[in-house]
Amino acid sequence: METQIILLIFVLVLSIFLGVELITKVPSTLHTPLMSGANAISGITLVGAILSSGSSEIVTIILGTAAVFFASINVVGGYLVTNRMLGMFKKK
Amino acid sequence: MDTAILVNLFYIASSILFIVGLKMLGSPDTARRGNLLSSSGMLLAVLITLLDQNIIDYRYIAGALIAGSIVGYFAATKVKMTSMPEMVAIFNGFGGIASLLVGSAEYVSGTFDNPAFLGAIFLTVLIGGLTFSGSIIAYGKLSEVISGKPYLYKGQQFVNGILLLAILLVGINMLFIQGFISSEETLILLIVLAFILGILFVIPIGGADMPVVIALLNSFSGLAACAAGFVILNNVLIVAGALVGASGLILTNIMCKAMNRSLANVLFSGFGAAPDAAAESTQEQGEVKPISAEDAYLILEAASSVLIVPGYGMAVAQAQHAVRELGELLEDNGAEVKYAIHPVAGRMPGHMNVLLAEANVSYDVLVEPDDVNPVMETVDVCIVIGANDVVNPDAKDNEGSPIYGMPIIEVDNAKTVFVSKRSMASGFAGIQNPLFFKSNTRMLFGDAKETVSTLVSEFKG
Repeated sequence: METQIILLIFVLVLSIFLGVELITKVPSTLHTPLMSGANAISGITLVGAILSSGSSEIVTIILGTAAVFFASINVVGGYLVTNRMLGMFKKK
Repeated sequence: MDTAILVNLFYIASSILFIVGLKMLGSPDTARRGNLLSSSGMLLAVLITLLDQNIIDYRYIAGALIAGSIVGYFAATKVKMTSMPEMVAIFNGFGGIASLLVGSAEYVSGTFDNPAFLGAIFLTVLIGGLTFSGSIIAYGKLSEVISGKPYLYKGQQFVNGILLLAILLVGINMLFIQGFISSEETLILLIVLAFILGILFVIPIGGADMPVVIALLNSFSGLAACAAGFVILNNVLIVAGALVGASGLILTNIMCKAMNRSLANVLFSGFGAAPDAAAESTQEQGEVKPISAEDAYLILEAASSVLIVPGYGMAVAQAQHAVRELGELLEDNGAEVKYAIHPVAGRMPGHMNVLLAEANVSYDVLVEPDDVNPVMETVDVCIVIGANDVVNPDAKDNEGSPIYGMPIIEVDNAKTVFVSKRSMASGFAGIQNPLFFKSNTRMLFGDAKETVSTLVSEFKG
């Protein structure tokens, strides 16, 4: 358990540095799509929600199912709206 | 092969798709494909999770997935581009509440002997909860269901202090004591406190500072997912959550820099709460010189370089299409037309860029303040449409001004400035703008859309 936590913290730290490197150079034109695209990624909590709602305990199922609902709005809505916005960015 | 290993291999694949997708979002040419890659990473992660052997019943999952997808689909396809800031805000909130629910679900079914597990749950519920309620308030402010004005009251810091202390005590009870109040009561209390924290966090912040708040809430929604990753010990949640957390923090930082203010100043001081300083700048105003659209047309017709500076007022008046038409007519007339966009113009990062993109303005004529300020003297006419604070010369000249030091678009250096404005009321920050009184400034009073449309019809006339 402890080694696993340490390993995950390791992953966390590296991911944060990676995220900083990835985003620093984004031009301001793309700030909104970047934000909504990133927001859709944060819907990854859907994975956790699916695992919770597959449980055998009723309270966990209820909470997990509600989480699946909200997270999937976040994921589907976030990606679609980003795609819609990016479709408008054109160069003539 | 063991299913758990297989699942994790696929999680690595989705993490790669997220990372590459996010990288591709950094350039207009690749952004759309990047978003597609990132969404396929998500699809992969979800599908592979459904293979998990611990899932007993798929009915609820399927129902909630379908229902959520339908809501998300309609929200995303029906929303108007001018409503994009509140859309992003509410999606942030949904991400937050989902993480909160995951944390709670694990708490009610978990064991209570591992402080690391409980600590992760504590953080998930806290961050998820404040992201949710904060986003709802931001949504209310942006859609003007509640006032966009900063709401400040006496003893604010004291109340916040008490709240943080209470959260800390609940946390200690949750992690170490367990029994001072029952586990259910602890959870409910934590959720309530997190909600209150989110509300108190966003309520004092004014409309003009919303770009910072939205970027920060975006970051929080990622961090909440990240914390949820520690609860269920899942790599992909941690990687994806951390990426979003980092990107949100960078955007927040960019927004703060564009206002020359620290994050603490934005969050805790409530803009426009310095009326004394604001009053100072009203000295030596001189006279405002209005101009009719007909006369403005004559000047524009002779101009060989025109700079358009849009602001929140353009979004409110829905004038982006009329503005694009005017820009095209000016180009046909032989003028060079550019659009100068301040990073904090509007209500979210990149707000103006999205609106102009919607109106079919090519993104390569959109420029940033640093690009245009050095050559401002060569600009014949600057048309300011619904922008105010981001073109306020007090930011350079008046040390007593609350916005002193903020980088602005120095339109007052252009040969002629037209300011399209509803009335002489001051901007969101409640600060007077000496630009309106400069000798080279002419005011185009009235609704931005009508004014620009009149100019367009003059050109066509």
